Amino acid sequence: MSKKPTAKEATTTAAIDHAQAPVNARLTPEERIELFRKMVRIRRFEERSLRAYQAKKIGGFLHLYIGQEAVAVGCCSLMGPHDHVITAYRDHGHAIAVGMDTKPLMAELYGKATGCSKGKGGSMHYFDPSRNFWGGHGIVGGQIPLGAGLAYALKYKGLKGAAMAFMGDGAVNQGAVHEAYNLASLWNLPVVFVIENNGYSMGTSQARSSAGELAQRAAGYDMQWGQCNGHDVYEVRAMMDKFLTLARETGKPSTVEIDTYRYRGHSVADPDNTYRSKQEIEEYRRTRDPIQLFQDKLLAEGVLTPALAEQIDTEARAEADVAADFSEASPFPTPADIQTDVYWEADNPSERRSQGRLFFT
Amino acid sequence: MPVITYREAVRHALAEELERDPNVVVMGEEVAQFNGAYKVTEGLLARFGPQRIVDTPISEAGFIGVGIGASMLGIRPVMELMFWSFYSVAFDQILNNAANVRYMSGGQIHCPIVIRGPANGGTNVGATHSHTPENVLANHPGVKVVVPSTPADAKGLLKSAIRDNDPVFFLENTMLYGEKGEVPAGEHVVPLGLADVKRAGTDLTIVTYGRSVLHSLAAAEVLEREHKISTEVLDLRTIRPLDFDSVLKSVAKTHRVLIVEEQKPFASVGSQLAYMIQREAFDELDGPIHRLATVDAPAIYSPPVEVEQLPNPRRVLQAALETLA
Repeated sequence: MSKKPTAKEATTTAAIDHAQAPVNARLTPEERIELFRKMVRIRRFEERSLRAYQAKKIGGFLHLYIGQEAVAVGCCSLMGPHDHVITAYRDHGHAIAVGMDTKPLMAELYGKATGCSKGKGGSMHYFDPSRNFWGGHGIVGGQIPLGAGLAYALKYKGLKGAAMAFMGDGAVNQGAVHEAYNLASLWNLPVVFVIENNGYSMGTSQARSSAGELAQRAAGYDMQWGQCNGHDVYEVRAMMDKFLTLARETGKPSTVEIDTYRYRGHSVADPDNTYRSKQEIEEYRRTRDPIQLFQDKLLAEGVLTPALAEQIDTEARAEADVAADFSEASPFPTPADIQTDVYWEADNPSERRSQGRLFFT
Repeated sequence: MPVITYREAVRHALAEELERDPNVVVMGEEVAQFNGAYKVTEGLLARFGPQRIVDTPISEAGFIGVGIGASMLGIRPVMELMFWSFYSVAFDQILNNAANVRYMSGGQIHCPIVIRGPANGGTNVGATHSHTPENVLANHPGVKVVVPSTPADAKGLLKSAIRDNDPVFFLENTMLYGEKGEVPAGEHVVPLGLADVKRAGTDLTIVTYGRSVLHSLAAAEVLEREHKISTEVLDLRTIRPLDFDSVLKSVAKTHRVLIVEEQKPFASVGSQLAYMIQREAFDELDGPIHRLATVDAPAIYSPPVEVEQLPNPRRVLQAALETLA
């Protein structure tokens, strides 16, 4: 039933060498290595978090990004000071891509007070406004109007920037997404709607869930749109640079559908044995792994050496272990912490203007 | 003191806050060019321009979500819902995103948005347009809920709401828009979470809010005149935060309590109040707490019968006499 083309069917000879796109051609060797390093760090972080989950250190859901790393890293590597990011619950990759430290990220999964949301949000709810990262949202498509709202604020304040509002392919059928499309186009809001199309909305393939082409729906809202291969970080950057520039320079929104693939189930609760074959997953791993492909490119460019690649991987594994150790050693929040961070006024009592009871028993 | 309508009072609060803070934006269906579905925002477009007074499509989930996102970056949107009844199509935005984003981010984000509009029955528009969701809203920690009954309170509380750094849901009433009252000119701010004794009395406390305050005051007149019963009418004004100290003070004075609310009875604001009063003032009570609510059914259309479904002076009077029986 899968509409997702298998790796064999997909075109593997890129018509354009995206490394030559200006946004990539001007990258220094150090910057290229940093892109590679971020992707490796995301993967090792997530693999480590899965082990922690299996060891029952982590509760709830864990939606792994493994296989999709080039999307978040490629997109977020283009961020300027007034560019903003918001995404759904598969958010670990974006958090690392915008520069969040992996220790508080892992600690959040462990439910510890040292977590990035003090153990109050969990895996699906990472935030770091200081890095223009606005979550981390649990309801499919619910974050997309917020992304348009970030763009609204940029426009209102006259700032030259863009918001990137990420969603999965399953989100495109939610009403909130379409309402946001309409408002963004009607009001010329500088937002790029990014569909990370991994082929499956949970366990339902694109063919079984969505009529027509996903990105093309933007045309109905008079928005420009594009599609690209998300297994190649250079291609992601080339495509996103075009639409981020459009947003920053003209205020126009757009929709970009990035073809990608997740190796793991929808979440750890997904046994992943009902809707796709092991062979399909293996084929992607073998032929289209974004980290392997980029490593091969950088080796060919002479930017990376096998020894350096090995070193980066070793360091990423060590970093993930350090994050896990940090989390292990960190304290849980206390029951008294349950009722902080609910109201701004309660957290800032000297500036409170209202009276009366805010909490009830 | 100038006498103005509730509608004008809301408008004055909007205009003064738009004047005071350049980050305040008024947004909603028909708020600008149409001058407001209920004319609350009349004249604001001409005065403040389309950057500040923004017409939206009929797209509540979309535009409320945009307002929430913009508020995270420091804009202070005042969103109009033509009817609060339409909150249901934006429920995820209002009660997942606005209510929870501060908590889920460990306090890194706050969301200074106001969502305002009428929430009432009594206008013969049937069940879909007659919701009074203050109990549903107040059930979500992180939000504030305000239900003003008079022009002065509407103005003073809305100014506080717009200056508040938490999401504030402001529930007006189409049946009150034309009601007149004295409102101080210029800066008039009523803090959220402060109840108001609208009529002092010694025999019975009616705890109420919104339009039911007017019905309760009318009933209190009859109780005084025909039954020699002195009734205290306590207007909560704000549901969350809740000025429960004022409730306790009044109960300690009268020892008899009737709660009047334009709410369906199950798990209503009154249910919460009754629990709290019995828990904290049990020894002050000389009889069971009574409650008068909307008759428990979807809002009926039939005009004369809808009057009997909602609290009204006759029903309040009867409930008061039963409370004292």
